[in-house]
Amino acid sequence: MYAIEVNNLAKSYGRVQALDGVSFAVRRGELFGLIGPDGAGKTTLFRLLTTLLLPDGGEAKVDGLDVVKDYLAIRSRVGYMPGRFSLYPDLSVEENLGFFAALFGVGVEESYDLVEPIYKQIAPFRTRRAGKLSGGMKQKLALSCALIHRPSVLFLDEPTTGVDAVSRCEFWDMLAGLKQRGITILVSTPYMDEASRCDRIALCNEGHILGIDTPTGIVGQFRSPLYAIRSRRTFALLEAARRQQGVVQCYPFGESHHLVVDDTFDKEQFVRALSDFEDLHIEPATPTIEDVFIKLMKR
Amino acid sequence: MKGNFLSFVKKESLHILRDTRTMLVVMLIPVVLMILFGFAISTEVNNINVAVVAPERTDGVKDAVERLSQNEYFTFKGYIESDQIDECLRSGKVMAVVLFAADYDRRAAQAAAGVPTEPIIQLILDASNVNTAGSATAYLQNILLGTASAQSMFETRMLFNPQMRSAYNFVPGIMGLIFILVCAMMTSVSIVREKEVGTMEVLLVSPVRPFKIIFAKMIPYFTISCIVLVTILLLARYLLGVPMSGGVMGIFSLSLLYLVLSLSLGLLVSTIASTQVAALLVSAMVMMMPILMLSGMLFPIENLPKFFQVVSNIVPARWYIDAVRKMMIQGVPMVVVWKDCTILLGMTVVLLGVSLKKFNDRLE
Repeated sequence: MYAIEVNNLAKSYGRVQALDGVSFAVRRGELFGLIGPDGAGKTTLFRLLTTLLLPDGGEAKVDGLDVVKDYLAIRSRVGYMPGRFSLYPDLSVEENLGFFAALFGVGVEESYDLVEPIYKQIAPFRTRRAGKLSGGMKQKLALSCALIHRPSVLFLDEPTTGVDAVSRCEFWDMLAGLKQRGITILVSTPYMDEASRCDRIALCNEGHILGIDTPTGIVGQFRSPLYAIRSRRTFALLEAARRQQGVVQCYPFGESHHLVVDDTFDKEQFVRALSDFEDLHIEPATPTIEDVFIKLMKR
Repeated sequence: MKGNFLSFVKKESLHILRDTRTMLVVMLIPVVLMILFGFAISTEVNNINVAVVAPERTDGVKDAVERLSQNEYFTFKGYIESDQIDECLRSGKVMAVVLFAADYDRRAAQAAAGVPTEPIIQLILDASNVNTAGSATAYLQNILLGTASAQSMFETRMLFNPQMRSAYNFVPGIMGLIFILVCAMMTSVSIVREKEVGTMEVLLVSPVRPFKIIFAKMIPYFTISCIVLVTILLLARYLLGVPMSGGVMGIFSLSLLYLVLSLSLGLLVSTIASTQVAALLVSAMVMMMPILMLSGMLFPIENLPKFFQVVSNIVPARWYIDAVRKMMIQGVPMVVVWKDCTILLGMTVVLLGVSLKKFNDRLE
């Protein structure tokens, strides 16, 4: 049985189609990632699954319960961490945790074993007001609060946005720990590099899912040859490269450009044609999830 | 589940207690308003400067001027010539000028004997402040008529507020205003804050029904209002000397009903507004203005245009202020104001019902 089942789910705000027939399923105990840029419909999907919004079409089940009919039952067994920091900034760390425990009618001690690995990192600041915590610590507190009632499914909407690189890494370690305890986790992120930490990912854009697979499976979909090209004249190179024979796509990628080509591409000829870029550097590149994403988006 | 509810109340109280500035404002506003309206702002007539024009300073004139200058409401500024009247009034040196007729003594005696005569005293007033001019005229007539007419045709007695103290009038008004301010405005802002900050999202995704959280929110505000209520009643009784002869318990129970009504109103506003600023604006425009204008606090309802008289019926403060005024100043027991009480109760039930029905279980 699946922990989350989404079937052809649709939602629009006025004339804006936020979700346009999305389907996927998350297995029990899976760490499932929704990867996509802002405006892909990730937050809408989270709000539909946490019963905060009503779908316009399609259906969805969380823990076997329908999000429309059984919304009250769903609310007591899921943990939800919205994209924005949603704790009380004027309450202290322990007051926040205590309040959320009371909200779900549990004592902090009952679930402390589950929360401990996370909470112990912020415990030294337990009397500090939540609003005065750093970004990484706020996320840890929010995660502790979302876990205090031992949810079976955890919804995390962009938990690492606005958090420093070290804290982001720690955060994913914590999620791996929670997965070990059998909690199903649905997490969204705009950062492609975080996708590899998930069991499976869904790439989404503009209300559609472009592809669902394991991170390696997704990368494996990318079969075209891929090169990385570099020159000091970055922008001119991008323009020039796009005009060459056999070039399907060329887009900025970090400090270089990624060049997707087809069978008609000839590397020697390409270098000759761009000979006025004296410092042109070209080498084969390994495709990443971002490359797959850009390729799927263009289709 | 009971400890559960208490922990919500505790959380809400912490929010309020940590916001020291707002706390202070809420506690101080009633005191400041009471003192302001009780002493500084008043419609009583005091220290009115008067000049006198008298062609002949006869004994009768001197006697009248003597009475005038000894009266606490007036300050006698001296005799002037009739061509100075305009300039004196225009420059604001005096507010009223009393003109005595040339043969004042003779005609006053005639009038005293009951013989009809021409007017013997002319009063010229600066009526740029209508209220003051009106009261001054009445006082001047009283003082100057004193001996001029043998028998006064009217005997007037001011009941319930014999000294015409304006503070008596304002206290119920301030109460009507301040509870809307504390209960309706502050509750609606605090509920809307949860929506704006995003905590409402987390609260909704929990087994607790939202109205339970909201009732928990109302309790601390209700408590604050009760403290404010006691403060106002104490100040009114001992600082302003309002009689409260109708029984404090009656005033207190009616005020409690009004508090619940204000809370329901705040709840309703919170279901409409989605930002704290909007909640403030709605409270200010939809609640404060009608209370100031249409509740009888500043202007008597009977003086309003017919249309606004009808509109004033739906302003809860109108009924509350009316009832409190009767109980506080006239000293009638609560039974007498049953009509106001019933209307307020009805409004409370309707408001509470509508806002609970409108309160959304989801985000849209």
